[in-house]
Amino acid sequence: MIKKNRLSPEEYQQNFSDVHPPFETLNAALVEANRCLFCYDAPCTKSCPTSIDVPKFIKQITTDNIKGSAHTILSSNIMGAGCSRVCPVEKLCEGACVYNLMEEKPIPIARLQRFSTDAAIKNNWQLFERKPSNGKKVAIVGAGPAGLSCAHILSRQGVEVTIFEKENKGGGLMTYGIAAYKVTPQFCDDEVNFITAVGGITIKYQKELGKDISLEQLQKNYDAVYLAIGVGMARQLDIPGENTPGVEDAISFIYTLRNNGFSSVAVGDNVAVIGLGMTAIDAATQAKRLGAKKVTIIYRRTENEKPCTQVELDLALLDGCEVIWLAAPKEVITENGKVKALLCRKMQLGAPDASGRRSPVDTGETFTLEVDMIIKAAGQMPFENLINQYGISNSKGKITLDENCATNIKGVFAGGDAVNGGKEVVDAVQAGKDGAKAILKYIGL
Amino acid sequence: MADLSSNFLGIKSPNPFWLASAPPTDKKYNVLRAFEAGWGGVVWKTLGSQVKNVSSRYSAVDYNGARMMGLNNIELISDRPLDINLKEIKECLKLFPDRAMVVSLMADNDKKSWHELIKKVEDTGAHGFELNFGCPHGMTERGMGAAVGQDPDIACMVVEWVMEAATIPVITKLTPNVHSVVPTGRSVVKAGSNGLSLINTIQSVTGVDLDNFVPNPYVGGKSVFGGYCGPAVKPIALKMLTTIAQDDITSKVPISGIGGVSTWKDAVEFMLLGASNVQVCTAAMHHGFRIVEDMAEGLNNWMDEKGFKKLTDFIGKSVPAVTHWEDLDINYHHVAQINQDKCIHCGLCYIACEDTSHQSIHLEKGMPYNTYTIKEEECVGCNLCKLVCPVDNCITMEERRVAPEYINWIEWQKRGLPLNDH
Repeated sequence: MIKKNRLSPEEYQQNFSDVHPPFETLNAALVEANRCLFCYDAPCTKSCPTSIDVPKFIKQITTDNIKGSAHTILSSNIMGAGCSRVCPVEKLCEGACVYNLMEEKPIPIARLQRFSTDAAIKNNWQLFERKPSNGKKVAIVGAGPAGLSCAHILSRQGVEVTIFEKENKGGGLMTYGIAAYKVTPQFCDDEVNFITAVGGITIKYQKELGKDISLEQLQKNYDAVYLAIGVGMARQLDIPGENTPGVEDAISFIYTLRNNGFSSVAVGDNVAVIGLGMTAIDAATQAKRLGAKKVTIIYRRTENEKPCTQVELDLALLDGCEVIWLAAPKEVITENGKVKALLCRKMQLGAPDASGRRSPVDTGETFTLEVDMIIKAAGQMPFENLINQYGISNSKGKITLDENCATNIKGVFAGGDAVNGGKEVVDAVQAGKDGAKAILKYIGL
Repeated sequence: MADLSSNFLGIKSPNPFWLASAPPTDKKYNVLRAFEAGWGGVVWKTLGSQVKNVSSRYSAVDYNGARMMGLNNIELISDRPLDINLKEIKECLKLFPDRAMVVSLMADNDKKSWHELIKKVEDTGAHGFELNFGCPHGMTERGMGAAVGQDPDIACMVVEWVMEAATIPVITKLTPNVHSVVPTGRSVVKAGSNGLSLINTIQSVTGVDLDNFVPNPYVGGKSVFGGYCGPAVKPIALKMLTTIAQDDITSKVPISGIGGVSTWKDAVEFMLLGASNVQVCTAAMHHGFRIVEDMAEGLNNWMDEKGFKKLTDFIGKSVPAVTHWEDLDINYHHVAQINQDKCIHCGLCYIACEDTSHQSIHLEKGMPYNTYTIKEEECVGCNLCKLVCPVDNCITMEERRVAPEYINWIEWQKRGLPLNDH
C-alpha cells in the first residue's frame, strides 16, 4: 500500500540527518588537515572538474587562515559548500589522493572543504568584490549550478545579470534533486543567497522559458543569453502499465520530498527503483528512509558496470535496499488501477557498447517482483522539444556548442546538464565558469 | 639482554636515563613517581637562595599539529625552602638507594655561600653535584646561572670554590648561549670539575600573541626571554656535545648529554657522540614518566641487535666520524634514485628540486599522476628530495664515485683540479 506519514517526526529527523557530518571543531579539522602532504601539481586538484587548489585550501586551514581557505575554494567553485556535500569525491579528489597509493585513508577533502565554506556562509564573509557596473546585461535561464556559477563570474566583472528560474527557489538540482540527508533545503537557500550577495544578480522566479519568457525577448533585451536549463524528467521505460498511479519519476519523487516535507510523501510497502545512477540511489535510500518495508533496485547490467560509486551503493545496501543485477523492466502488472508487480526480463552481458561497458542482452527469461510502487531513475531526458522549438542545434536534445560555449544562435550560450545530458553539480559549475568566460569575451570585456 | 647499568663518575644507576634538573625533579612526590616508573636517576632541581616564581611560566612551539616541538620556560630555581628540599632528598635516597641522586646547585656569587650550600647538601647523602651555570633567564639578571657559564674566568673561579669544599663528584652544566661551549668547558675542567653536562636551555621567544601583541609566555601584559628546550634543540645540543667530546681537554671528563632527548634513539645518538648518559625533561613534561619504559626497552633491543653488551661498548663511537669540511672526500658522489613502485606521485621531490635546488628531477605529466625521474647527470646528491619524500626508502641515494681515490679540498687545490662543475 502506498501511504504517507509512516514514521514519527523523530524517526524522520534521524533518517534524514546529515549523512556526512561536518567537523565540529577546528581541532578535529586540523588532525586531518595536517595529514595533507601538500602535493605539487596535486592529483586531487587535477581530478576536480573545477580545479580547486586542494593542497592550498587545506594548508590554509592549518595556518588558521580559514577565510583564505574559503576564498581559495570559492574562487574555483562558487558552489564549493554544496559540492562538499554532494560530490562523489570517491571518484574525484579523494579518489585521487596519493594516500590511496599507500593503502592509507585519503584526506577527507570534502569534509575539510565543508569546514571552510560553511564558515564563509555562516559568517557571511564577502570574499569577492564586484567591479562597478559597466552597463552590459546578460540573461541566464536557470538558477541551478551552471547558471549561478556563470552569473557570479559575470557579475564580478560588472555585468548586470538577470536569471530566469521556473521554480520558486534557486539551486536547481542541488535544491530539488538531491537526497535530503546530503543537503538540507535551508542550506540550499543559504548557498544561493551567499552567491547572489556579491550583487548585480537578480533572480526572477517562476519564469519558465517557452512559457513565461521567450528566447527572442531575451536576445532583444540582453547583450547575451546563457541557457542553463538542465534536464527534465526521468527517461520513459516504454513498457506497458507505465502510466499507472504508483509508477513515479525519481526526480519528481525527490522534488516532492524536498519541497513538501517528509511526512507528506507517500511510499509503498514494496518499492522497485529502476536504474543505478546517483539519482536512483537517492530515490531508493530515501524511499527506505521514508518507511518503505522493502526497496529493490533493478539494474540491467552487473556490479562491474554500475554507474554509481561504491560509496553510494554501500549507502543503499546499508539502508537495507536490495539490488537485482541483470534485470530490466518488461511490464507493470496492475490490479484495480494500482501497481501489483513488476515483470522483469533476465539479462546477460553481451559485447561492449559505445560506453565501453558490456551491454545487457535479453535472455528471454522473466521473473516477477511483487511491488506496489515503482520509481523510474534510468537517466533524465533533455528538453528536446523546447530546444528544437528555438532552432538550437542539438544531439538527441543535448545542446551542441562550439569551442566558445556558443550555440548556433548568435549571442546565445549554454552549459551544464542541458549540454552534457546530466552530470555532477561540480561539472555544471565548471560549465558556468567556461560560459562566463566566453560571454565576457563576446561582449567585449 | 644487554647491560644498561651506568656508572657516571662512580655514580651508579640501573640505566643511563636521568631526569634533568627541572620541575619534574622539584620535590619528593615527583621524584618517587619517577623512580617507580623506572628512571635511573635524577638531578634535583637547582637549590640556592630563596626565590619567588611568576605565573605563567611556560610557552611552546607547535609544528604541523604536533604540540610542543619546543618548550620555553621562565621558571627560576627551586622556590621551595632549602630545608624541605634537603629533607626530601634524604627520604628519596633512603627509599631508592640504587638510583642516582645528583643535586643541582646555584649559590649566590661568593665563596661562603657555595661552601655552605655544598656542606648542607652533602649531608643528605646525595651522590653528586651539578653546577647550574646555564639557566638563561631571571637568575642571570642577578649575575648567576648563564651569567657565570658565559664567562670562562668567572666559571673557573666558582668551580675552584666548589672543589675546595665538595667531597662528592661535581658536574658542571654548560650554557649554550655562547658562540662555543668549549672555552667555558675547558676552563671548568681545568678548575677541577669532574664532569660536564650540556646543554642548558637556549634563550628564546617562542612566539607572539597576535591578538594582544604580547610575546609568550604572558605575565601580566609582559613577557621575558625564556629558555628553549625539547625536540627542537636536539640538533644544536648534539653539535655542542660533539665539540666537547672532540676537545683534548673537555673530552677527558665524562659528559652527561641533555637537550631534546625524547626517545631511546635520541639517547643512543647522544651517547654515540660522546655522552656517557642522558638527561631528559621536556619529553617527561609532555607525556609523563612512563616514557622511560620504552626508552629502556628500545635501548636494550638496539644493543642486542648491534651486539653491544654494555653502554661503554658504543659511547663515543660516532665522535671520530665528525671531521672538518676540508677533510671530506671530494671524489665521493651519490645520486638520487626514485623507486617507481613506491612513488605516490606527490611531486614534493620535484618542486623542492626545481624551485630550490638543482633542477635534477624530470616531470612527465600524467592524469592525475605525474611520473618523476632523476636526471642523474644534473643531480649533485644533496639529499633534499629524499628528505622531503613522505615514503620511506622510495628515494635512495646510490653511490657514484667520481674517482676511486680519496681526495680532499687541500689536495684538490694543490693539484690545481677544476673548480667549476657547471
